Amino acid sequence: MPTRRARIPATRYPVERFTLDNGLRVVLTPDRSAPVIGVAVVYDVGIRSEPEGRTGFAHLFEHLMFQGSENLEKLAHFRYVQGAGGTFNGSTHLDYTDYFETLPSNALERALFLEADRMRGPRLTEENLRNQVDVVKEEIRVNVLNRPYGGFPWLTLPPVLFDTFPNAHDGYGSFDDLESATVADAADFFRRYYASGNAVLAVSGDIDTAEAVTLIERHFGDVPARPAPDRPDFAEPDLTAERRTAYADQLAPLPAVASAWRVPDPVGDFASYLPYVVLAEVLTDGDASRLVERLVHRDRAVTTVGGYLGIMGDPFDVRDPTALLLQAHLPPGGDVDKVLRTLDEELDRLAQDGLADGELARTQARMATHLLRDTDAVLGRALRMAVLEQQRGEPGLLGELPSLIGEVTDEQVRAAAATLRPERRASVEVIPGGGSR
Amino acid sequence: MSTRSVTTPRRQLPPLGPTRRLKLPRQAERTLANGLTVIVVRRPAVPLVELRLWMPFGRVNLARGHLLTQTLLSGTETMSSVQIAAELQKIGGGLSAGLDPDRLMISGAGLATGLDRMLELLAEVLTGANYPAGWVGVERDRLVDGIQVARSQPGHLVRTALLRRIFGRHPYAVQTPDPEQVRAVRPAALRSLHAQRVHPAGAVLVLVGDLRPERALDAAEKALGGWHGDGHPADMPPAPPLEPGPLWLVDRPGSVQSSMRVALPAVPRTHPDHAALQLANLVFGGYFSSRWVENIREDKGYTYGPHSLIEHSVAGSVLVAAADVATEVTAPALLETTYELGRLATVPPGVDELEQARQYALGTLQLGISTQAGLASLVSAYAGNGLRLDFLAEHAARLAKVGVDDVTEVAARHLAPSRAVTVVLGDAERISASLATLAPVETAPVQ
Repeated sequence: MPTRRARIPATRYPVERFTLDNGLRVVLTPDRSAPVIGVAVVYDVGIRSEPEGRTGFAHLFEHLMFQGSENLEKLAHFRYVQGAGGTFNGSTHLDYTDYFETLPSNALERALFLEADRMRGPRLTEENLRNQVDVVKEEIRVNVLNRPYGGFPWLTLPPVLFDTFPNAHDGYGSFDDLESATVADAADFFRRYYASGNAVLAVSGDIDTAEAVTLIERHFGDVPARPAPDRPDFAEPDLTAERRTAYADQLAPLPAVASAWRVPDPVGDFASYLPYVVLAEVLTDGDASRLVERLVHRDRAVTTVGGYLGIMGDPFDVRDPTALLLQAHLPPGGDVDKVLRTLDEELDRLAQDGLADGELARTQARMATHLLRDTDAVLGRALRMAVLEQQRGEPGLLGELPSLIGEVTDEQVRAAAATLRPERRASVEVIPGGGSR
Repeated sequence: MSTRSVTTPRRQLPPLGPTRRLKLPRQAERTLANGLTVIVVRRPAVPLVELRLWMPFGRVNLARGHLLTQTLLSGTETMSSVQIAAELQKIGGGLSAGLDPDRLMISGAGLATGLDRMLELLAEVLTGANYPAGWVGVERDRLVDGIQVARSQPGHLVRTALLRRIFGRHPYAVQTPDPEQVRAVRPAALRSLHAQRVHPAGAVLVLVGDLRPERALDAAEKALGGWHGDGHPADMPPAPPLEPGPLWLVDRPGSVQSSMRVALPAVPRTHPDHAALQLANLVFGGYFSSRWVENIREDKGYTYGPHSLIEHSVAGSVLVAAADVATEVTAPALLETTYELGRLATVPPGVDELEQARQYALGTLQLGISTQAGLASLVSAYAGNGLRLDFLAEHAARLAKVGVDDVTEVAARHLAPSRAVTVVLGDAERISASLATLAPVETAPVQ
């Protein structure tokens, strides 16, 4: 008897979109249930756009956007946001860079002022650049160099999966490249990519739409108009033969492996892409998922296994080319070859036999919870909608994702699994302690 | 770009709008006959429910306690682990268990329509977990591997040393079990620990989300009314006062950073000094716009993410300032840290500086309760101190009253460098001589 399907709930957020004369696109999504707002500005530039010889520059530049601007001294941005009771941050991704605040709603105009001011121009000085190169180096040390499995797999798998510089290089950057960065580089980068026509502003939460429109026009209306640069094509052909590398991590006590397969274009072919997002969860979400049951509990071949879409785990915020990733940590003396063979076996089984009764529905219900939970935070809504506007012109997609995921069929997941063949796979293995295998 | 600001008239920062009053959500509470307290808070923003359940779990055998949290959901008489996980997934749910030195905590979230079923499954494991040998064996090995990985991380190693230095012979001093002890734990020991300690008396269940409070209380009573077991006497001794002494240096040869941790005395949430100490901590290093972060990151570039935080436990509270700094600037970073602590303990902060910290403290209270997950965690943590959500409003009122002199006074009592306990993990060969110019240094073992 087929299992009753859990009803996938929908949350429809109201969405207003408009474009200012200078080309800045704006998304508003009001929700007055709590007196807080989320403000996000997303620029259509990321790691893939940084020039050769300047690895890590998109991220370094993100730091420079916090170092003062036309009307704001260094430190002022932080103090004004936090002094209004808010929090802030920014982050650099493959295809975009975001800047954001969560604030009590009485600080709306202040947040708009702060974002508009740095959109007009950050204060790019030699002193601030040197200071932030030092800070970024410490960030890389704490997140990569001074810890086990640093950068695994988000920095170590792309060079195996991809061949071209934009897709393959280290997005945190080499110390040499970071130290060679100049104020002139930063000014060029700003002029080229931080254009009003290349940005999206999103505001969510406790706002009156009409008032927000007035304030946005007041603060962003006179940001000089500059068009978006042409976005290069980052496409690369799919793999035709398996690729596999290994490296020693002196700090890692146990082996680990990650594999990736290219997937359809997340933006241009969303309908074909979505089943892969579901497949990753069917394989790895919780004790009832296929790979956890098989690899962790039955075979005891791995201690943890995870799967996701997008090198940075951002399935709906990434453009082509991207991948489905599986990663596993192994017990002492674990056999990576055997783990990869078992992956193939389980993917074959799924491709041939399809899903068990109820397996897809329960996975979809769990995915709905994760999506709804992420969008419960006002900032989650502003950020996701800003990127959806930028990459697809479709911010309202956020509210539809749970039901679209719920419409993915057994047959689509089965077909997706059938494409994850070993000859299309790129893998990277971590050899613990630099010892022999 | 900088030339523009010379010729363009400066734009004025817009003022803040009127402050919106703190509005607490609707809540209901019931203590069941078995001693379980259930607190329900309605926030219907998304059609989900957040669940937090904690029970007193102090002074358990560490290895058994940790393995119990890893295996609590691994099966009952009628359900296997995979069935439990699959049944939870059906309602978009998931549960996980964790341990701190005071409590066992079960948390999760699921679709609001699945609340009754989530509570049923929770009751199933609370009353019937049977720790099957096969699963316990797998989870035992995974826990041992996890401890081994943790021990390769500088953050874990310096934390371990700091706890030992702060707490000495107190039970809080060791919070990670030894792998050998974990390997020795058998399923029977887990069953017996469960029978002794997984009890409703003194436990608190928090449900937050798109639910009707009275109906959710009834659902919790129906599902969990049959869970039995007496309370366990709370015998956690008070934490010892911090004993200042030589800096502890833990050697990690080849480390490219030094992990610096400075512990200072703090007070619980209910203490009259709590609000002033919270603001003093913010001014010192508790948020980005603090003296310490502006100094060692934004001015000197020594570090990426320095932060200082007050940690509350049942037996006591402690303030910990943490920074991972480049090896070559370890001593200079400690010097600046001592300077900033000393300055706050001896010179009153600026009025604007205090006001900025106060606005941050008040604003982040609003932000913290604006999500279901944030609200659930806060209500659960407050309940751990015997407090309810109303405390938020009282605390806001206290924050509003703190003056410059109050901050100086608490800083002198709590943030003075003479009261600090310092632990540094790093490449001893490269940092010990320069650290010794600032403080007596004692070398401490890694584990």
